[in-house]
Amino acid sequence: MMVAERRPILLANARILDPSRDLEIDGDLLLADGIVREAKRGIGAAGVPENTEVIDCRGKVVAPGLIDMRAFVGEPGAEYRETIASASQAAAAGGVTTIVCQPDTSPAIDDPAIVDFILRRARDTAIVHVQPMAALTKGLRGEEMAEIGLLKAAGAIAFTDGAKSVTNAQVMRRALTYGRDFDALIVHHTEDPDLIGEGVMNEGEFAARLGLSGVPTAAETIMLERDIRLVALSESRYHAASLTCAEALEVLKHAKEQGLKVSASASINHLTLNEIDIGPYRTFLKVSPPLRTEDDRKALVAALADGLIDVVMSDHNPQDVEGKRLPFAEASAGAIGLETMLTAALRLVHAGDVSLMVLLKAMSSRPAELLGLPGGTLRPGSPADVIVLDLEAPWVLDPAELKSKCKNTPFDEARLQGRVVRTIVAGRSVYEYV
Amino acid sequence: MNIAHKPTFVLNQRHLLGIEGLSRDEILGLLDLAEQFVELNRQIDKKQTSLRGRTLINLFFEVSTRTQASFELAGKRLGADVMNMSVASSSMRKGETLIDTAVTLNAMHPDLIVVRHHASGAVELLARKVDCSVINAGDGSHEHPTQALLDALTIRRNKGRIERLIVTICGDILHSRVARSNIILLNALGARVRVVAPSTLLPPGIERFGVEATRDMREGLRDADIVMMLRLQRERMNGSFVPSTQEYFHYFGLDQKKLAYAKPDALVMHPGPMNRGVEIDTAVADGAQSLIREQVEMGVAVRMAVLEALSRNLPNA
Repeated sequence: MMVAERRPILLANARILDPSRDLEIDGDLLLADGIVREAKRGIGAAGVPENTEVIDCRGKVVAPGLIDMRAFVGEPGAEYRETIASASQAAAAGGVTTIVCQPDTSPAIDDPAIVDFILRRARDTAIVHVQPMAALTKGLRGEEMAEIGLLKAAGAIAFTDGAKSVTNAQVMRRALTYGRDFDALIVHHTEDPDLIGEGVMNEGEFAARLGLSGVPTAAETIMLERDIRLVALSESRYHAASLTCAEALEVLKHAKEQGLKVSASASINHLTLNEIDIGPYRTFLKVSPPLRTEDDRKALVAALADGLIDVVMSDHNPQDVEGKRLPFAEASAGAIGLETMLTAALRLVHAGDVSLMVLLKAMSSRPAELLGLPGGTLRPGSPADVIVLDLEAPWVLDPAELKSKCKNTPFDEARLQGRVVRTIVAGRSVYEYV
Repeated sequence: MNIAHKPTFVLNQRHLLGIEGLSRDEILGLLDLAEQFVELNRQIDKKQTSLRGRTLINLFFEVSTRTQASFELAGKRLGADVMNMSVASSSMRKGETLIDTAVTLNAMHPDLIVVRHHASGAVELLARKVDCSVINAGDGSHEHPTQALLDALTIRRNKGRIERLIVTICGDILHSRVARSNIILLNALGARVRVVAPSTLLPPGIERFGVEATRDMREGLRDADIVMMLRLQRERMNGSFVPSTQEYFHYFGLDQKKLAYAKPDALVMHPGPMNRGVEIDTAVADGAQSLIREQVEMGVAVRMAVLEALSRNLPNA
């Protein structure tokens, strides 16, 4: 691949937000040789190396590139839905400079050779960083733990069975215990499949009116409760992959108060949408776990605001038209999100529910900490993975303009305010909105 | 040479159910006695008469090669009549309970019964129902006292002492009766014991056994005088307790590279049977630092010592 010449970049006159230090300054950010050089007021064009590209960011926000902790990419095995290359294009357009891809590929990422494959494909085809999570159990079958040590040595940054829960508590306990020896972060989808049963949306009045089978919030709470007790036994690092309801937040809060090494994500879908948005059986809003009530959504937003929810992730899950153009109960679950995560989340900021700093923290510095990644910060010497945001620009989402191979976005034709105008990865602009 | 006529040492108990409960002097007495049998076993005429007329039953509910053969030889060399009973031919197969088996055998007036059983505590249960001496040849994950004694004898003969040696036991500590017996014995004789294993193979509370526990071979083997490897059972290899044999060998298998973390004159032991390429590399198992074959030799001598010492307590002895 041809590497364009990398000139130093000065992002001038910006409102600079560094959530890793709770730092906000009006000033200039200098990037050179792929790293952040300095951030301060008045570096100006005079104080930069020759050949520097000066970009005027007046009225714009400069922040660390986002780290999306949960994105499903179809490579290998489902390249028709998404490749590492297409996902990286979508990510760049959404301000995501690091995609954490999930292991439920075909074959699953449960072998060090496949971790190696992902990293090589990313190096050769992606325009943003791609970091794979590996399978927690072999073949994601929930029966035998995967080679946590060798997978981590090969480059896996965390361990998960993707959208599947490990139902056998003994298997989960041993995987947590074994993973602790390698300081592995165990990420778990907390949904009891037996309680999900035939359910396709949140259990309650609305599902009843639509005549659809419901998924009770207890499916999530029970699994999370179980996990927390196993974490207490194993003292391992645990991350709930996608919490959606108020009861689960109570469980999480209690676990954190106990001092357990527990953290959690919420998806952008559950933070900005509720079950009512499904309306007339809109399958693009069929996700797993299902969208919950407005009360649950509000609780989730409040938990994000006060730091109980650590991470906001896209839960990017490309599904082709054939899988979505079906009766609701039969349609595949999942929504794309890499390109819309930040812009959708700005709704919460504009509504005054969450500060921009807290939101950026949950999308950059906190996932970096949990995953042990060097990004998510603007400290001098850190990777020059940076985004420029226009917080105010109004626009309407046109699915045709999405870079993702699949267009299953719940924000289809939504009115949005604010967008990413530039994405810089390792000191190079990989996306620019003109 | 006739050892039987120098009964200077007597065990203060009828059974040998574990190392737990043996005093330091009793352990040393057994080792000293065994020492004499080592010499005897290297002679052409190994036959002794101290157990003449006695009946020894080898009752093995779990398959075994070396322990069973070792006890059989030990009994025969001391002049006892030895009967081997294995699970395949016993009435246990027909549903007889352990206690009924014990009562039945007891009615045949044996003098010594050697028992191996897959359940922890089974040997003790059986011992309560018989009038003879019972020797534990391994009960579940509990104890294997003669293995610990033969290991101690092997160490002492090679290092000249046990006190203050650093002994590192590596592998499946959780399920290992060998590890439990060795930890108790080595601590009693003043060694410093370390255990190394993945957390899934360490029993909870292991730190209270008087050992240093670590999950890292480099740390565990540092300055070790003795490296004792344990067998990893096949059914525990593939994803249940450890992910795979490859990963286990990578992190916990003893090869030349890892052995180099120990003292240059460190010696390697294994209770057998070995899984070559899983817990131990062939080059190490068969290498100059390996004591594995010597352990087997010491096994016969130690078992003779145990039989001899217990027989001195028998009625009409």
